[in-house]
Amino acid sequence: MKNDRQRTFLLITIPILALFVCFNTIPLIRGVVYSFTNFRGFGKYDWVGFRNYIDLFSDARVGKSYWFTIKLAVVTTIVVNVISLLLALGLNSKIRAKGFFRGAYFLPNILGSLVVGYIFNYFFTYIIPALADMTGIKALSSSILSSPGKAWIGVMIVCAWQAIAMNTIIYISGLQTVPEDVYEAGGLDGATGWKQFKMLTFPLIIPFFSINMVLSVKNFLMVFDQIMALTKGGPAQSTESISYLIYNNGMSGGQFGFQSANAVVFFIVIVAISVAQMKFSSSKEEQL
Amino acid sequence: MKHTSTVGKSNKAVMVLLILGLSTIIFPLYMTIVIAFKQPSEMTNSISGILSLPKNWSLDNFREAMEVTDFWRSLGNSLLISVTTIVLAIAIHSLMGYALGRNKAHSKFYNFVYLFIVSGMFVPFAILMMPLAKQTAELHIANWFGVILLYVVFYMPMNIMLYSGYLVNIPIALEEAARVDGASTWRTYWSIIFPVMRPMHATVAVITALAVWNDVMTPLIIMAGSGQNTLPLAQLNFQSQFGTNYNLAFASYLLSLIPILIFYAICQKQILNGVTNGAVK
Repeated sequence: MKNDRQRTFLLITIPILALFVCFNTIPLIRGVVYSFTNFRGFGKYDWVGFRNYIDLFSDARVGKSYWFTIKLAVVTTIVVNVISLLLALGLNSKIRAKGFFRGAYFLPNILGSLVVGYIFNYFFTYIIPALADMTGIKALSSSILSSPGKAWIGVMIVCAWQAIAMNTIIYISGLQTVPEDVYEAGGLDGATGWKQFKMLTFPLIIPFFSINMVLSVKNFLMVFDQIMALTKGGPAQSTESISYLIYNNGMSGGQFGFQSANAVVFFIVIVAISVAQMKFSSSKEEQL
Repeated sequence: MKHTSTVGKSNKAVMVLLILGLSTIIFPLYMTIVIAFKQPSEMTNSISGILSLPKNWSLDNFREAMEVTDFWRSLGNSLLISVTTIVLAIAIHSLMGYALGRNKAHSKFYNFVYLFIVSGMFVPFAILMMPLAKQTAELHIANWFGVILLYVVFYMPMNIMLYSGYLVNIPIALEEAARVDGASTWRTYWSIIFPVMRPMHATVAVITALAVWNDVMTPLIIMAGSGQNTLPLAQLNFQSQFGTNYNLAFASYLLSLIPILIFYAICQKQILNGVTNGAVK
């Protein structure tokens, strides 16, 4: 009987593990191997040692894509979490038609980000400039997507529009874990409004804040669909995210080896940031 | 009395703010619908022209968009890929979650396999995409089948974590009772454990469905050369060919959003629960 159990577990684990290794671990190793070659995606290639990595750090376009991606991730994470938290407080208060509001505010998250990007692309290009012309706001009379200095804001808005929906429901489920009597007890001590939020509510929902931080940063660092739909990395390569650059130059630009090195560095950055965030949030949680 | 009236007032303020906020969601959707029905001649640059309803609600744009994007075929491919992935995810990931979840506490091997697979969550698609494009071509699975296979692998870390986390709450005595009756582990799993994990199946189905249905990158990398489209991929190809006819484009966008909107309208509650569970657990 015991043998049957152990054998069954092994028969389940081995094939599924093999599948995972074939399509996750092996491609990962192949990616690392390609990063030490001058492979163009086809034909013969040679080993080049660490040359791709050395070139990576002096490549202005790669540097620019890291700067853009990190700027986008940081700003969008802040914007999304501030708005989501306010929205969650509103949606968790005693209001009418709560279910309707929660359902409606979640809607952006279920829509495909490519199509959402296309729709907003049209808004930024035609509708907002037309409205700005009517109302005389000069700053918005040309498309923000065609300005190298401002195009990232357009990307940020579209990313935020969808991500707020997700972060809000996570905050709502956090707020629901705070028992009513905590507020009542706090109210007796004079904790209301902002003070109540800062001293009582926020400390109690820190685990949910951590989840949202990790989710947001990771998702925005990997931004791809929105870039594809809004700017294709332009204008003047000002909105080229790391994923988009790897896709564009690696898959069709003949830089298979070089962009593999870029992807390895990107992987290390993602792991480092995620680990740091989890360390930070678990130390925060221990303090409570 | 005075106290309750201030509470009522602040709630009214919250309501007003929430309704105003909702306009940031409704306005883009309204514009999408209006533009999808209009004719190019109705597109003007004045505010009233932009906001106005179409002169007649003709379905011509939709008919043409369906033809140009081969809508039904793309929809069929998207459905095939999504449904198969969900069924496989529920079957395979729950089984693996069970095998790992029941053993990782006392076995170094299973614990290692668990951590090994779960750490796959940190691997960005960017590093896998070039090798996978090569590998799927070498294996002759650069098609919908390869895409499904990859999804089963990509969502494995997350789903296994969810399933084995859920398993902690299911008492092992449940299985032992069946074992005493002479049922094999395999049969015990399908007749007892699998049905008990139903709430987790719903969560896994929802998060996998949303992720797969809207995914662009995997089909783009793997299927692009196969002549087959998913719904998002059809939009991408359509955009590069006919992108300047905005009314046609918006009809096509709206068409591609309708299936998921219907899905959301029917199972909104399950979707909200599913995504919350998936993120919080």
